[in-house]
Amino acid sequence: MNDGIRSKGIVEHSLRLPGRRSACPTEFVLRSCFRYFLFLFPFLLFSCEREQRVLLNRPPWADTKRMAYQVTVMPNGESRVKTWYDQNAWAMAEGKRLYESYNCVGCHAHGGGGMGPPLMDEKWIYGNEPLEIYGSIVHGRPNGMPSFRGKIPEDQVWEIMAYVRSLSGLANQWTADARDDHMKGPPPPNSVPEGTPRNSSEPPP
Amino acid sequence: MNAADFQSALNPAANESAHILHLWWIFFWVTLVIFALVAIFLFIAILRNIRRAPDDPQLAILPEPTQASESRTTKVVSALVVVTVLILFALLVGDFFTGNAIYATPDPNALAIKITGHQWWWEVQYQDPQPSEIVTTANEIHVPVGKPVKLELQSNDVIHSFWVPNIHGKKDLVPGHPTTTWFTARRAGEFRGQCAEYCGEQHAHMRLVFVSQPTEEFEVWLAAQKESAPEPTTDSQRRGRDVFLASQCVMCHTIQGTKARATLGPDLTHIGGRKMIAAGELPNTRGYLAGWILNASALKPGVRMPPNQLSADDLNSLLDYLESLK
Repeated sequence: MNDGIRSKGIVEHSLRLPGRRSACPTEFVLRSCFRYFLFLFPFLLFSCEREQRVLLNRPPWADTKRMAYQVTVMPNGESRVKTWYDQNAWAMAEGKRLYESYNCVGCHAHGGGGMGPPLMDEKWIYGNEPLEIYGSIVHGRPNGMPSFRGKIPEDQVWEIMAYVRSLSGLANQWTADARDDHMKGPPPPNSVPEGTPRNSSEPPP
Repeated sequence: MNAADFQSALNPAANESAHILHLWWIFFWVTLVIFALVAIFLFIAILRNIRRAPDDPQLAILPEPTQASESRTTKVVSALVVVTVLILFALLVGDFFTGNAIYATPDPNALAIKITGHQWWWEVQYQDPQPSEIVTTANEIHVPVGKPVKLELQSNDVIHSFWVPNIHGKKDLVPGHPTTTWFTARRAGEFRGQCAEYCGEQHAHMRLVFVSQPTEEFEVWLAAQKESAPEPTTDSQRRGRDVFLASQCVMCHTIQGTKARATLGPDLTHIGGRKMIAAGELPNTRGYLAGWILNASALKPGVRMPPNQLSADDLNSLLDYLESLK
């Protein structure tokens, strides 16, 4: 019984939060870490919206958040447009997926160009500003670039815009991600099954 | 029989799931008996010591073990260890025979179905030596009763897992690494499959409809699936087709017999004949289909299908057309 009372006393002592080093090492570590956590926590807030995903996809006219953009007029009179899509890593990753899905790669390759002009440098025929790229996709351009008006939803055009700008290093460096959000590419070299030549009329193995 | 029988490993509809269930019941009864015995002996031990211990705490200490009691304890423990090993070995042998039965090499003439996992739906392709005879559909698998079926599983994005509990165990769909499983349905019925490996926001709603049916019925179904989409017969359906081909639908979906040949989303050639939409999540009715087309992400947040802005007349015509695609 005496033992019980004494051990209860120890528990009460170690529960006293502020104070000097206590008998319990775990508690000491936690307490010192807590200070650093309090100090570092505000920094986490800076990147709060960078990776925010849009799960409920609203039509453009109802989506005031994503459709708003900021225009900054530069000293030389040019204007720079900043959209939500430029500042969101997920939007950029979606743009990458769509760039392949909608077969932009068919003409522009992965930025290297082919039938269409390359997108790896920042000197583009019809401009590399967000609104200019939007125009190129939605209205098309002479000599080959088709118009995707009505075919690609508004928000996806902006996502593709955000990705396409990253091809030439124009993406906001605070936003651009170091890794892909989606799987892509053929199976790795050690997983490709051995193929055998056959006539097209033969049944597959 | 209860309400969840269409998605239950306790209601087998294929040889493989019956084998698994048989093994499951053996394990269940053996472990139940052992659990009961352990509980009973534990209880007896507690009761005996309660009776032995008087109020004086000095006497609660157990007596020093003697030579005889020590040797008896050794014998009992050794015997029980041997019995445990034997029981575990017997279960291992049972497990081996079940595994052997369900993973025996399949019939080379088995019906081959390629299943590709996407976020978040199932692409189903009935293989055929003739490329023109290959049937592509989505989220609905029909198989004939009594014929071995070989599933070739692969994934397009992340790891999924194919699981129809009434038919077989789980099998993962791994990107870049095709896997195979096979089964033979033994009775007709309609069951539900479910993705069994977390694959993103809509993982829990990534389902499929599994129909096992008599061979003749299956052949009729398969023959119908091989047909191109029926031509629209009314003005509204014709307009619906134009809406489909002129809007963003055409960027992702295929309707055989039209110019729509994209493969990002489910094949819609016979959408009107399917039981469910949205990966087995919603019944295929006009209302749900309309809601799905207008804003799929309101029904399944995170889904890849974007919202569509259509006028009321266009939407009605589109629905007429899609419903006509039996």
